[in-house]
Amino acid sequence: MVSPNDSAPDSGATPEKPEEVKPEAKKEEAKPAQAEKPAASAKPAAPKPVPPKKKEEAPQRQFMLSSSPHLRDTESVQRIMITVTLTLVPAMLGAAWVFGMRALMLILIGGAAAVVTEWAVQRVFKMRSTVGDGSALLTGILVSFNLPPGVPWWIPVIGSFFAIAIAKLPFGGLGWNPLNPALVGRAFLLASWPLHMTKDWLPAFWWKLPGYSFFTWNVSPSKLMVDGISTATPLEVAKNALKILKNPEGNPTDILATAGDRFAEISSRVIDMAVGTIGGCIGETSAILILIGAAYLFYKNYIDWRTPFSMIAVVAFGGWMFGGAEGLFTGDALFHIFAGGLILGAFYMATDMVTTPITPKGRLIFGVGAGLLTLMIRMIGGYPEGVSYAILLMNLTTPLIDRWTVPRRFGHVVKAADAKA
Amino acid sequence: MKKTFRGGTHPPEFKLTAGFASQKLPLPEIVHIPVTQHIGAPGRVIVAKGDEVKVGQPLTEPGGFVSAPAHASIAGTVKAVGNYANPLGKEMATVTIEGNGSDDWFEGIEEDPDWQSVDADEIRARVKNAGLAGMGGAAFPTHVKLAPPPEKPIDTVIINGAECEPFLTSDHRLMLERPEDILEGARLVARAVGARQVFVGIEDNKPDAWEALKQAVGEKNDIQVEMLPVKYPQGAEKQLINALTGREVPPPPGLPMDVGCLVQNVGSCVAIYEAVRYRRPLIERTVTVSGGGIKQPKNVIARIGTPFARLIEAAGGYEDDAAKLLMGGPMMGMSQWTDIVPVIKGTSGIVVLGKAEASLAEENPCIGCGRCVSVCPVFLLPTNIARLSQLEMFDEAEELGVVECIECGSCTYVCPSKRNLVQHIRFGKTTVLANRRKQAQKQSA
Repeated sequence: MVSPNDSAPDSGATPEKPEEVKPEAKKEEAKPAQAEKPAASAKPAAPKPVPPKKKEEAPQRQFMLSSSPHLRDTESVQRIMITVTLTLVPAMLGAAWVFGMRALMLILIGGAAAVVTEWAVQRVFKMRSTVGDGSALLTGILVSFNLPPGVPWWIPVIGSFFAIAIAKLPFGGLGWNPLNPALVGRAFLLASWPLHMTKDWLPAFWWKLPGYSFFTWNVSPSKLMVDGISTATPLEVAKNALKILKNPEGNPTDILATAGDRFAEISSRVIDMAVGTIGGCIGETSAILILIGAAYLFYKNYIDWRTPFSMIAVVAFGGWMFGGAEGLFTGDALFHIFAGGLILGAFYMATDMVTTPITPKGRLIFGVGAGLLTLMIRMIGGYPEGVSYAILLMNLTTPLIDRWTVPRRFGHVVKAADAKA
Repeated sequence: MKKTFRGGTHPPEFKLTAGFASQKLPLPEIVHIPVTQHIGAPGRVIVAKGDEVKVGQPLTEPGGFVSAPAHASIAGTVKAVGNYANPLGKEMATVTIEGNGSDDWFEGIEEDPDWQSVDADEIRARVKNAGLAGMGGAAFPTHVKLAPPPEKPIDTVIINGAECEPFLTSDHRLMLERPEDILEGARLVARAVGARQVFVGIEDNKPDAWEALKQAVGEKNDIQVEMLPVKYPQGAEKQLINALTGREVPPPPGLPMDVGCLVQNVGSCVAIYEAVRYRRPLIERTVTVSGGGIKQPKNVIARIGTPFARLIEAAGGYEDDAAKLLMGGPMMGMSQWTDIVPVIKGTSGIVVLGKAEASLAEENPCIGCGRCVSVCPVFLLPTNIARLSQLEMFDEAEELGVVECIECGSCTYVCPSKRNLVQHIRFGKTTVLANRRKQAQKQSA
């Protein structure tokens, strides 16, 4: 009950501090400047000298001033990034089991390269370091997840470097990058070292073959191929076989027969694809392990169901419709869901917060668009798999989608029934 | 399925004082009564320094239709008429009264034995004379709400017992302590506007309050007491209407009466009841004094005009790390620079936050998670509007509905990047509104 006082009308800057509290007041002098404002305006006309008897012992408090709300959720960017990274651990361990220690090493190299790149670039350009938010580590891990397991060690290093130093930081860092950095890294690798990126496949459990061990680093995919072990991915096999089956003219019957066998065989291995015991990229083969992680993300509300489910539904439907050898609606929807990187892409890339729409409707459109593009690349494009390009292309449309899908605002449409009632 | 609205969030409730019966504060030796405690025209002061006043004596004459008088809340001598610190942030015209220790009431403030049969006009007149203004925070003069224009009939009266702000329990206590009075007030409101249904909306973290009101309604069954899931900002007028009736109040300048609704806070109901039955003006209210910076959080009944410091003293005083003083809850409350400010009609609580709770986080870039979009109860795109406001692109912000923001703060609360979203939006909103006023002035000139 201290009066903003008339006792010292000329004390100027600190009119709210009466004499008797000087020692405390001094200590607090350096407090936020905002506090002065209302105080200053309080001075000129402040009327009532209030009996200051009770307050003598108690120092006058200075309170922090800010605009509401004064409470914040404990959620933070760092916690989101670390949680997402941890949900990838099952898929990492699965990759190690199927492709050996080598796969795990590549993942760690990719993650470390991304972190080091971010740290170094920010240091060189004297920017505030954001390594602590965990997004660089996540990007690096996702770059490695998209690599064939037989690539040399420098491939993830370059991929992660490109992802961070070219696709992320020049745009302003986390939050400002228009494209998913991990996918840009992969696209760069695919364009620059197409042989490594399309031929360095290893069969599942190659490390159990004679002459290799779980810890074997040096392995030559081409040598494995010479030894007669098919290292191609299911999508590759299916695509080649389908091409032959759909254009039977000019192909000898035995080739047609083999293609038919292959096509049937690869479709019969859907279970292997779901579990992950089949050739493919490091992190994308085991749909089940990825789904375990994704389930936790749903539980935490970190990802919106709209994007992954619409994307997968479109690919599954399209695969069923166009993916068969005997005309429309003879394809295998399950094969298209579990083959390749669809599950990883749909749940971890197409849900990247930064590069996808923020509106609910926009997220649905994004998923459908990414699904359609994936389908087109798988069916008629030059590559066997198209998830990453599909998502990158859709990333480019994100600002436009957000613009077109501004939600209806509260009170703007009054339903006829309500208006009457 | 309980009825609710779309959007919103669930901050920790911190209802520390829900179990503490309200304590009547001893008469303060001094009160500072702001002349205007509501939105609308200021009143004209009719007392002068040195005058003796009694409890309930009018201090002002209303300055127009959208205006309500202020009353002396203690008996004593007028010590000053002038500007004084106010919890709404600015200095305001204030009458300071030094008490004489007695509690003598102004003549004419007595029970009307026929109060049950007064007509709508008389209800409005008594409410106006009692100086009632919304007690939930917005503080719109109550008699104005009770007089809807004939082309906008009101069929539904909604009594707001949601109390969705963390810490605050003053409405909760009122519902437990005076359920009959709340219902009588609600019936008077319904009679004044000719409504055919009355709802009471209570969040389900207050089952005892729901029970108490349900019991008070009893056989009569004229009032529906509804349980709503705990969700902020359920107590916001538009959201409460939406939760209970499914209707959407049109965007500003749309008002609840546009969809045939009228919302009154439970505190206002009690005040209306007292105004009509006892002709008693609003001179005291329940205030929750709580927060990590308070030693013994509690609910008190304080006279209007009592300095915050007195209430805080009654609650055991400050903890050593008290860092932020708020009038209202932590989601929409206003931070205060000093505790000399007086309790006003809209003071539902005084919350003091400790250092840790009050610390401000560093703002990071938006990561586009969309959490603000999914919690916004008026379906805006907070992150985009905030960015446009920061860039001072006000026309674009206006296009996205910046003025429709209800400033509930849900977006800022959930933002993982700790962006001050609603603060930026508020800046955009006030700028757009100021520009509009300027435009209108230019046109009329």
